[in-house]
Parts: sequence; structure tokens; C-alpha cells
Amino acid sequence: MTAASPHAASEAGPDWPRDIYRVLREAGVTQASYVPDAGHAQLIRSLHEDREVRTTVLTTEEEGIALSAGAWLGGARAVLLMQSSGVGNCINMLSLASICRFPFLTLVTMRGEWAEFNPWQVPMGRGTPAALEAMGVTLLRLERPEEAGEVVAAAAALAFDGDQQVAVLISQRMLGRKKWVEAK
Amino acid sequence: MPGQVMPGQAMAGQGMSEQGMSGDGGRLDRRQAVRTLLADRGDILVVTGLGSPSYDVFDAGDHDGNFYLWGAMGGAAIVGLGLALAQPSRPVVVVTGDGEQIMGTGALMTVAMAAPGNLTLVVLDNGHYGETGMQVSHSGLGVRLDRVARACGFEDTVDIADEDGLAAYRPHLARTSGGPRFARVRIASGHVERALPPRDGVFLKNRMRGHLGLPVS
Repeated sequence: MTAASPHAASEAGPDWPRDIYRVLREAGVTQASYVPDAGHAQLIRSLHEDREVRTTVLTTEEEGIALSAGAWLGGARAVLLMQSSGVGNCINMLSLASICRFPFLTLVTMRGEWAEFNPWQVPMGRGTPAALEAMGVTLLRLERPEEAGEVVAAAAALAFDGDQQVAVLISQRMLGRKKWVEAK
Repeated sequence: MPGQVMPGQAMAGQGMSEQGMSGDGGRLDRRQAVRTLLADRGDILVVTGLGSPSYDVFDAGDHDGNFYLWGAMGGAAIVGLGLALAQPSRPVVVVTGDGEQIMGTGALMTVAMAAPGNLTLVVLDNGHYGETGMQVSHSGLGVRLDRVARACGFEDTVDIADEDGLAAYRPHLARTSGGPRFARVRIASGHVERALPPRDGVFLKNRMRGHLGLPVS
């Protein structure tokens, strides 16, 4: 898939989902789980198309923490994709990663922080960094598409080599505005 | 599975309420049930749900291939899923309780759709929250977890109420194909002395990885 893909719909310039996919694979990630988010759509497609990657769709984000733990027990590296509204669903399950010192990598697309149309997204978006930090998760911010590969590679190294729980918060400004009204 | 004789089919007429266990409850001794299921376990890997199932599996014989949860309620089945996907040549068995599985009800859908052939979920069902004072669970109020599992996409579900059923089911736990399987085991709700496995999560993690020949980071 190239940047010319009709699915890419990238308003952010560089093909950053492809960059993230590439560095995840270079980091040895072979399991990916997600609760879908439009901001992750292209990355989810890329992971599904890769026959070496086992993708698991979740009913709630906390399952992804347990899945990543089980994967690591069995020698596999996993990534969890979610949006910020799902972070609140994860709180207690993050105990598992913390107390067992499981490497944990999640990529969180932010809502409620930049030109948000839906007020219901704002409280959890605002609470996302504090919720993660309260449970000991290290935060890395991804603000610019050209830095996507570098930031996610650093996060993966910190997680899998440094035995840490790491979240990359992908800014809503970078993701672009969700179109709520069809263009005429 | 179609055509398979389910051990649980022998259940009817044994005094069990069709509505669940709000009546006379299960009869199986939980410790003996787990000992029976894990006897001669071979290369089975075991993940346990917090509380009594962790004690039961520990009491049946500690093993480097056991990973005991002491928290993360609702997560046991999915930890087992991650392990099963990473180790497709090893049978993985999750042993948990009705309350723990009920908190992770959505996980039944996730496991069924991920469809790992080498994973079996065993729910020790006494219809109560044993660790917190024996409050009645949804199962005790009438929810049939094996039916929930079937509705979520498990094609191989059983409802086991006696030792013969356990013995008949035991060989299935060692299989690495045909799963995921779901077994509801009707256990008695009486008090059992705790048997406490190690609580150090880092130790348990690295012990499992060492058992699988994986490096400690």
C-alpha cells in the first residue's frame, strides 16, 4: 500500500501509518489487538494484511493489556491500538502489566483535545494522560507525522527492551478533523 | 462440536436446576476436580483466575508452566489467549471461577473469534463469589455460562457435574486443535482452606518464560 491508496486519506502529509507499521514490524511485533478507531484504520489494515501478524479485535480495551501479557509469557511481542476514550477502561488491568513488569506498548489516538466537535469525547481525552500515568505508564507524545516512525520505535524499545509500560499519544491535531457533515 | 458426545449431556435429571444453581448447587469438590483435570498434565500450560482457582491449581501441584493471577479480574481468559496464540504447539488451559469470567464476559467473544485451537477455558462454577463472602453471582442467579459461551461462538462447550464427566473431558485439555473449548464445572460452594501460590508477578512471569526456553530480559 502506498500513500496513493484511496484509503490513506492522509491529510497529515507523510504516510505516517505506514511508518508506524514498519517500525512495529522491525521491533518484532507479531500480535496486534485493537478496539477500532478511525485514526488507526490504515494501520489496522496493514496489520491485517500481514500474514505474520496475529490481529485480535477486542470487546473492550482492557482485554488488550491481558492479551499483551499472555503474548509476552509465550515469547511474542504485542501492540494495543485504541482511542483515548478507551484508556479509562484499562485502569485496573494495567495492574497486571505493572506488578509483573510486562512490556506493554499501546498507541492511543487522542480525541477531545483539538477542534473536537463531540463534547462527550472531552472528559476522557483530558483525563487520558493522568489515568495512564497514575498506573505507571510512560507517555510519549506524537505531534508531527514525520516523527511517527522515530517516536514509535523509541516507545517499542522502551517497552520491549526496557521492560516498561509505554503509551504513545497521537495528537488529534495530527490526525485531522473528523468530518461530521458530508461535503455537498 | 456436532456429533460429539458432551460429558455434560449426562447432566439432566441429576437434581440440578435448569435455571442454574440457585437450588441445590454443584456437588464436585473443587480441589479434587482440578486434580483430576490436571493429572498427568504433560505439556499443558495453565493460567489461573484470581482467588480460589489459583489456590486449586497450586494445590494440584505447582508447576513452572503455571501462571497464577492474583488480580486483573476478568483477564484470565485473555491472558490465556495471548499465550495460546504465541505458543500454538502447546495446549493452554485457563482455570478460573464464575465471578472472574463474568467480569470478562466480552472475552468469551474475543476468544471465540480469535479461535485458538489450543485453548480451553475451564470455569469452576459454584454460583458464588467465594473470596469475598460467598455472595451469589449471576451464575448462581441463573445465567448459564456454557450457553453464554456457545452464543459467543464457542462450538465446543460442556457442562460437567460429576467425576465421570471430568475424567471423560480431561484428554481434551491436552489437544492443540479443535478449540477453543469451554467447560463449565459445577463445583460445591463449601469452604476450602486456602493454598497460596507465589504472589511475585515478575517471578511467575520469568518462571513461565524459562519453562518455555525464552530469555529473561
